[in-house]
Amino acid sequence: MRYLRIFGMYFRIGAMGEMQYRFNFFVHLFQSILQLGMALGGLAVIFTYTHSLGGWLPDEVLALVGVYTLVGGLIGLVVYPSMEQFIMSVRDGMLDFMLVKPADAQLLNSLQSVDIWRLIDVGLGFGVLIVALTRLGTQIGLSQAALFVGMLLTGSAIIYSFWTILATLSFWFVRVENILEIFRSMYEAGRWPISLYPPWLRFTLSFIVPVAFVTTVPVEALTGRLSPQTFLIAAALAVALLAASRVVWKVGLRQYSGASA
Amino acid sequence: MKALVPLYLQQFKTTFATMVQYRASLFIWMIGHVLEPLVYLVVWSVVAESGGGSAGGYTTAEFAAYFIVLMLVENTSYTWIMYEYDYRVREGLLSPALLRPVHPIHADIADNISSKAITMPFMLVVAVVLAAIFHPVMSPRGWALLAAIPALVLAFLLRFLLEWTLAQAAFWTTRVSAINQSYFVLVLFLSGQVAPLSLFPHALQIAASILPFRWMLGFPVELILGRLSPTDALLGLAAQVVWVGLAYGLMRVIWRAGIRLYSAVGA
Repeated sequence: MRYLRIFGMYFRIGAMGEMQYRFNFFVHLFQSILQLGMALGGLAVIFTYTHSLGGWLPDEVLALVGVYTLVGGLIGLVVYPSMEQFIMSVRDGMLDFMLVKPADAQLLNSLQSVDIWRLIDVGLGFGVLIVALTRLGTQIGLSQAALFVGMLLTGSAIIYSFWTILATLSFWFVRVENILEIFRSMYEAGRWPISLYPPWLRFTLSFIVPVAFVTTVPVEALTGRLSPQTFLIAAALAVALLAASRVVWKVGLRQYSGASA
Repeated sequence: MKALVPLYLQQFKTTFATMVQYRASLFIWMIGHVLEPLVYLVVWSVVAESGGGSAGGYTTAEFAAYFIVLMLVENTSYTWIMYEYDYRVREGLLSPALLRPVHPIHADIADNISSKAITMPFMLVVAVVLAAIFHPVMSPRGWALLAAIPALVLAFLLRFLLEWTLAQAAFWTTRVSAINQSYFVLVLFLSGQVAPLSLFPHALQIAASILPFRWMLGFPVELILGRLSPTDALLGLAAQVVWVGLAYGLMRVIWRAGIRLYSAVGA
């Protein structure tokens, strides 16, 4: 609860900062719509040549684009800007101020910066998802919906910890922004059903850069494709990565010596 | 013209030294540039397979060839100047460039070419690996490959001049990211990176041919793959020349107007 309140506070700070530039809302709205329009346009072209993409129906792929945009928005809303700021603070020693605050430093660091405009993506992604769901309508039961939400949370936990681990590496290597950049380009591959890719790429996108678990797996849950194995692997991976992110953080923090000290 | 030769040579050396310094960024940059065509290669291969082996006149193997060649052509004509310029203008970094007795575009062109000279061998290796995995099939013709040389040069020039000109928007507004992103979405869609342009609806194909986008990427790729008739190739080269001319004129005008607005920060 306390951390929700802290997040609310950071959110307000982020919003207040951006409200000075209200015109930015339209700029970002325009950019997000353009991005989404491109994705949907690409799908439209593809589905003039085929009825299903690797066994996925158009509306199922649409749901995938919705989830992709939604989760991408959430990552961009808080995870990405916070990690960016964290990496910078390790370099210039501002991290000192975060460490003396009376709250869990790892959580605080993952919440410390909010890019409110990414809420537009969250909204648009949600909209696309709703459209896809109503079109798939009849086939989705309550249990599938519940499983979908569960897998979405599991996937978010996986991505969050994966990203935190990468960012925490900045305790050892000063320039890790580049690694985050890799993830950004890999995330794009998650816009398509993971089953399309050849095995080596499928493996990479599941276990080396776990993009598949945030986009494909939740939609699989929604459309009743989720196998018990995938479910178990996702759950285990989420727990393992969350624990790992904690360990890496703790060990990394010992490496940190401040900038001016 | 002669005076430019030492300038280009020196810029090559500088860029080369910088690139060697930042090897990791180079590697990461490459991942992004390989992944995108790879994803579309996979998607279209699946589409072709489900359509009985071909879709829109491309077989699975021809899609593979299309996207592998696309990756290489993209690597020759790509520029990052639009990301950089905004920063340059805001931070006042343009000032030293203005003191030099040559047009600042030359340093940028030299920088671009030299960094590609470094990345190209790696991209060729990646292309060979991808070819081993996806077994591309293409039927290149001698004359078309010959014509592809000027087509590639023109594609590079067109893209460079146009993006350099668009980057000047930083003189007028601090909101260049919206302009940049809109432009990149158009390029992605209309230059042939998402799919070969012949698979698009007719109206979009015409738009891509009237606008400069097809001439930046799709046209040289189709030429290399041997999918164009000699007439189409000639028409395409002509369109490229016209667009390079237009872009050059535009660059001159916009640069002159923009530079008047520039007041260096911290000067």
